[in-house]
Amino acid sequence: MTSPGADLTLRHPVERFTLDNGLRVVLAPDTSVPVVAVSVFYDVGMRSEPEGRTGFAHLFEHVMFQGSAHVPKMEHARLVQAAGGSFNGSTHQDYTNYFEALPAEALERALFLEADRMASPAITEENLRNQIDVVKEEIRVNVLNRPYGAFPWLQLPQIAFESFANTHDGYGSFVDLESSTVDDAKDFFDRYYAPANAVLCLGGDLDVAETERLVRRYFDAVPHRAAPPTPYTGEASPTGPRHGVVVDALAPAPAVAIAWRVPDPVADLDTYLGTVLLSELLSEGDASRLELRLVHRDHLAVAQSSYVGLFGDPFDVRDATTLTTQVHHSADVTPQRVLDAVHEEIDKVAQDGVGAAELARVQARTSAQLLRGADSVLGRTLGFASAELIHGRAELAGELAARLAAVTPEAVQHAARGLVPDTAAVLELRTADKGTTR
Amino acid sequence: MSAPVLDLSLVPPLGDPRPQPVPEVHLTTLDTGLQVAVVPRAGVPLVELRLRIPFAAASTRAAAAHVARTSVLTGAVLLGTAAHDQVQIAQLLQAEGAELSVSADPDRLLLGTTMLPSGLPAVLGVLAELLGRATYPADQVAAEKARVAERIAIARSQPGVVARTALATRRYGSHPYAVQLPETEQVAAITPAALRKLHRERVLPAGSTLVLVGDVDPAAATDAVAAALGGWTGSGTAVDAPLLVEAPVGPLLLVDRPGAVQSNLRLGGPAPGRRDPELPAVRLASMVYGGYFSSRLVENIRERRGYTYSPRSSVDHLQAGSSFLVDADVATGVTGPALLETVYELGRIALVPMTEAELDAARRYILGTTALATATHAGLASTLSALIGSGLPADWLAEHQAALAAVTLDEVTAAARRWLHPAGLTAVVVGDADATADQLAALGPVQR
Repeated sequence: MTSPGADLTLRHPVERFTLDNGLRVVLAPDTSVPVVAVSVFYDVGMRSEPEGRTGFAHLFEHVMFQGSAHVPKMEHARLVQAAGGSFNGSTHQDYTNYFEALPAEALERALFLEADRMASPAITEENLRNQIDVVKEEIRVNVLNRPYGAFPWLQLPQIAFESFANTHDGYGSFVDLESSTVDDAKDFFDRYYAPANAVLCLGGDLDVAETERLVRRYFDAVPHRAAPPTPYTGEASPTGPRHGVVVDALAPAPAVAIAWRVPDPVADLDTYLGTVLLSELLSEGDASRLELRLVHRDHLAVAQSSYVGLFGDPFDVRDATTLTTQVHHSADVTPQRVLDAVHEEIDKVAQDGVGAAELARVQARTSAQLLRGADSVLGRTLGFASAELIHGRAELAGELAARLAAVTPEAVQHAARGLVPDTAAVLELRTADKGTTR
Repeated sequence: MSAPVLDLSLVPPLGDPRPQPVPEVHLTTLDTGLQVAVVPRAGVPLVELRLRIPFAAASTRAAAAHVARTSVLTGAVLLGTAAHDQVQIAQLLQAEGAELSVSADPDRLLLGTTMLPSGLPAVLGVLAELLGRATYPADQVAAEKARVAERIAIARSQPGVVARTALATRRYGSHPYAVQLPETEQVAAITPAALRKLHRERVLPAGSTLVLVGDVDPAAATDAVAAALGGWTGSGTAVDAPLLVEAPVGPLLLVDRPGAVQSNLRLGGPAPGRRDPELPAVRLASMVYGGYFSSRLVENIRERRGYTYSPRSSVDHLQAGSSFLVDADVATGVTGPALLETVYELGRIALVPMTEAELDAARRYILGTTALATATHAGLASTLSALIGSGLPADWLAEHQAALAAVTLDEVTAAARRWLHPAGLTAVVVGDADATADQLAALGPVQR
């Protein structure tokens, strides 16, 4: 077992400064491998979308790869990849990020590319129509043409939450996507892609003074625009149980998902960490409570999982968010039996608490997984950037393993007391042949 | 905005490449035949472990039963040992930050985990128990069989799995590689005794490789492995897959998936293996064709025509044969046009030389991303395990990179002509047959 004194803090120095146009810059140097990561996080995500424009944050992410004032279409990819680097972007609930991992000697090139599209992306009719088609194929691959494609991430928020920000489909309806215009995209860019609404985070084999000089050379020229107010995505806690049913014609077996509201990830981080560890205690690995109960002891489930945050990263979301437990079961097991067993296991934690030895095991596993994610320069840099944007402190990313290792059994018990059946949102997924019987 | 032209004077040039760290691989072979590779590496305080055990089906006749038994053994090996039950095993690992994943592919059984550095002796102790004394308790095995059967049903509902299976069946004919997913009836028939026999005959140290990467002292770690696993013995020799002869290319196979909103296009054919001097050239040709975002296939059917989200090509290696593979999931209505463009780009790269710029970009991308992929404990451990486990020397990667750097335009042109020409590839489409058969028939014979 790990000794309690094991050093789990990532001691990478973090330097930060802000440009006159408002761009926040974070540098996390580390010379152990000759690699750099460049990331830009814009404070706009699926939860920022207005009604009638579902899926727009993600569609706009695609548009940002279509070239910019001095970079023709396809050349962004070519300039990164021909330098031996890789790139991607992703749209989250509360931010959209763009990133490259490259050999250290390509740092300046990546800064040029990110600054050029921060200043002036190629928002054209042709590019927008092309990327609407591509996004529709992405949705077909990931949602429409496969079993469990929307389950539960697109379906459960509709019953777990109330506000449009929290309930709508972040991938977008085809109707909304197809009616999107170049003017919509330009407005969206003007409003949300201001440098003052972004964090530029660089990690890896870089010299701080030289990098600051390069950052200023490329990004100082991006004009200032006021950052929009951070959208309010919190909402009142649910006061009653909610229940929904979806039919998945492609699914061979049923499933059920349960979501509970959890404490504010930012304003109440200490309490929230208890919830994060509870989720690990319940579902992470072969020794977890629900794996043993549902899969191995009662044979109710084929597979189970629990996670905090819509996409499973508890530290990249603002309020409101949930702990979700998801169970795939066979058709001869009723959802109610699964739900009863889940609630019973959580109630045991709420009533009896958690032994110190069991919690220490869970903490060892959780710490190892956090450290593993931070082993790559890119993974570490994205962690720093997300912590800076969401929590206002990049350093938090390096402290999380140690913070989680310090969570007490009482904090986990307290978290379990918040996960009661009375305020749970339950979504049943039924197969086509079972969907009509009720 | 009018489409800009790239002004290269604005693009910052690349600086001088910095030296890549060369992994320090400490190799030992225990008396039992187990090969051990330990690689100390700066980075996070963790150790990554990979154990690779040869596990191919020995013959065509045995393949279906072997694949079914293997699919249950991967879960059931963790269900108990002479000393500990399933819960205790899981807890012993969890206490060290570890969780053993056990998986299988057509060639091998792979056990892997991360762990906190102080946990190495304890994790090796659990591993030794599992390898030497897994008990396969009857009740738990029965439950595991039921779960495997459910998972097979879920896998068969995934269009990507259907397409991969159909392509393997068509290419590999009667070779064991044709069996990608077990039949549920075969799974139902498995007994604990059959699992114990399979374990006894095939979970052997001879031919197996253990890789440890990360926060380790090489001498101490090697000693710890010898102490823990020295008693893992077994009689018998490692079994590799039999010689592979691909079936001749037949007409395109259309697998009906009524109502599907997309069609899954899959093309595949042989490719040079890891010991073949032509491999670097084929990897580069594949990269230019569809191996990365900057490729011709992505530019054509995604960025120009919007037919698909993520088309790609790749070179994959199994022990008995390597493959060049193309896949694209495309909207049902453009199935024929998407196949037309996919085949057109294959014909173009097979017949018309690429540019030096295309070759150089692909070369830098492969070299750069290989460096990125091996710049973590986990990435390096998985890469070394795959190489050493295939019988290649630890410095294969460095030699391969040097070979990639030296490939000429003539060599890559010849390799594309030989390995990427569309007439040499087997094609499968999974989709709504009523909606796509006519489109596809316009391009050539279709078999349903």
